Amino acid sequence: MSLKRLHVLFDDDDILLDAVKEIVKSKIYIHEVYTPFPVHGLDKAMKLKPTNISIATFIYGCIGFTVSILMINYIMIVDWPQDIGGKPSFSYIENMPSFVPIMFELTVFFAAHLMVITFYLRSKLWPFKEAENPDPSTTDDKFLIDMDSGSNLSKTKSMLKKMGAISIKEVKE
Amino acid sequence: MTDYKFSTQIKRLSIALIIIGAVGIAFGFYSAPSNVEEAKEIVASMSHGDGHGDSHGGDHGAGHGDGHGEDYGDSHEGDHGAGHGEDYGDSHEGDHGAGHEYDHDKHVFNQLHNKPWAAIYVPALFFMMISLGVLAFYAIQRAAQAGWSIVLYRIMEGITSYLLPGCIFVIIILVFSALKFNHLFIWMDPEVVAHDEIIRNKVGYLNTPFFFARAIVYITGWVLYRNITRRLSLEQDNNNDISIHKKLFRFSAGFLVFFLISESMMSWDWIMSIDPHWFSTLFGWYVFAGMFVSGITTIALITIYLKSQNYLSFVNHSHIHDLGKFMFGVSVFWAYLWFSQFMLIWYSNIPEEVTYFITRIEDYNFLFFGMVVLNLIFPLIVLMNSDFKKTNFIVILTGIVIIIGHYIDVYNMIMPSAVGDMWSFGPGEIGGFLFFLGIFIYVVFKEISKAPILAKGDPYIDESKTYQYYNLD
Repeated sequence: MSLKRLHVLFDDDDILLDAVKEIVKSKIYIHEVYTPFPVHGLDKAMKLKPTNISIATFIYGCIGFTVSILMINYIMIVDWPQDIGGKPSFSYIENMPSFVPIMFELTVFFAAHLMVITFYLRSKLWPFKEAENPDPSTTDDKFLIDMDSGSNLSKTKSMLKKMGAISIKEVKE
Repeated sequence: MTDYKFSTQIKRLSIALIIIGAVGIAFGFYSAPSNVEEAKEIVASMSHGDGHGDSHGGDHGAGHGDGHGEDYGDSHEGDHGAGHGEDYGDSHEGDHGAGHEYDHDKHVFNQLHNKPWAAIYVPALFFMMISLGVLAFYAIQRAAQAGWSIVLYRIMEGITSYLLPGCIFVIIILVFSALKFNHLFIWMDPEVVAHDEIIRNKVGYLNTPFFFARAIVYITGWVLYRNITRRLSLEQDNNNDISIHKKLFRFSAGFLVFFLISESMMSWDWIMSIDPHWFSTLFGWYVFAGMFVSGITTIALITIYLKSQNYLSFVNHSHIHDLGKFMFGVSVFWAYLWFSQFMLIWYSNIPEEVTYFITRIEDYNFLFFGMVVLNLIFPLIVLMNSDFKKTNFIVILTGIVIIIGHYIDVYNMIMPSAVGDMWSFGPGEIGGFLFFLGIFIYVVFKEISKAPILAKGDPYIDESKTYQYYNLD
């Protein structure tokens, strides 16, 4: 018995959510769900792992903070400790308040930009990337579940129909 | 859901705090000198080894006033101006240049004499501002028609019930100042004003009758709003009339306009005028951020306490998480204003402004920078994590740190001008804090026990009861 892959279309996010829960409960693997907008609770229903991007962002922020301190300390204190308008360039800490705006901005800059780049890399997004969309209507008002058929195709199909699927398409692996 | 009963446990705790605090305050007043000779003895008996004591003990010429090459006209320093080209005219302590010894002793006497007064003024202000901050938060929730916070309204109303007694305590201390029982507000002393051109130029604003007239206007406005909304909120419990909700909305929006103006002026009057030679434009905002974050923290602490006593079954993790977010965000906002005020003055280093921070950095170094750790760095690191924000234990821990940090913040605003480098945390200071803490707890929990703990007539109550921040389990 060969496994088939199904593309199931829905036209309502509440129905989609219920269907996803049902499919997960009957232990059929869901490859992907395509929606035109974020559906609250979908990740939980699919039992997806929570994202770690906020932790990565925190680390990027720390890197930016460190870079700013090393840079300012080298330029303003170590390399050429010039007297500029009476600012105390004897040690980093003495002139620290005037460096805070840059420390803050570089922290935010690193955190924000590296986080966005991480997001692009992890979700494989870049210019000229071929769109991976099985059905263009999922960018408009339809919802699509890309799933395995399970061990019993007709049983799965009738279950999906009962749950409110508007179309079920069998696709080749 | 059961309505809160004023527990004997809390009652005993608050009464114990009041008694211990009163003993501490009494001791503070008892140990304060009543004349210059006693002040000299106290200074002589102070250990010269401990940090802030010794700069005063010996030769004052080497003290902090003269260390900067320029005379900044530092508030109460009567005796440091001699021989400088630019003296900003703070000759209020009497004879300038000559009679140094006498001036110095009188100056120290005034500081020591002020100490027990400042020790009660700081916590009186602090707890009054907590309840004022909560009132502002309450008005914002009403005006914004927030959907999540309805279940916390009764707790906020309980906390704001301390506003009237709190304001009365502050006013009593101010009246004692005006009656010359202490020397906290030097502009209230006509002798000082007569010799001080800077204060003389501010007499149009800083004069006793106008000062108290303003205070009455602020307090009336705040308490009126508080009582009207409380009455309407209780009325709403048994009444599904939407007009009450609309009235609450309109009152709150109007109150916020009044609040922003009155709070700013209150901070000039009750805090900034203790140092009448100094001024800062964002001071009102700075004070507001401090009271706002300590108010929100107090809401969180009391909510978690009542929930642990099983009174708030309808409060879930998401509500605590939201309070945690506010504590986090407003802590950062406070730090932003703290730094903006500090950095602008530090950067330009204009003598008439910078004295404020010079006295704080030299005499209050540990407290002045330590509070930034408590008020910014600790909450920033701990409350950044979403899971931590919903954990009761961590919110309580951070809340206590924030409350202590903002007490130190108020301490830092009042003490340097009142007692200079004679500060300490003795029985007077700790007693003052415990005394007002006890009254605060008593008044707040008493008020919470007076009404149903859920504002059930509010149109958003169902939304609030089922409120769920989607990202939390």
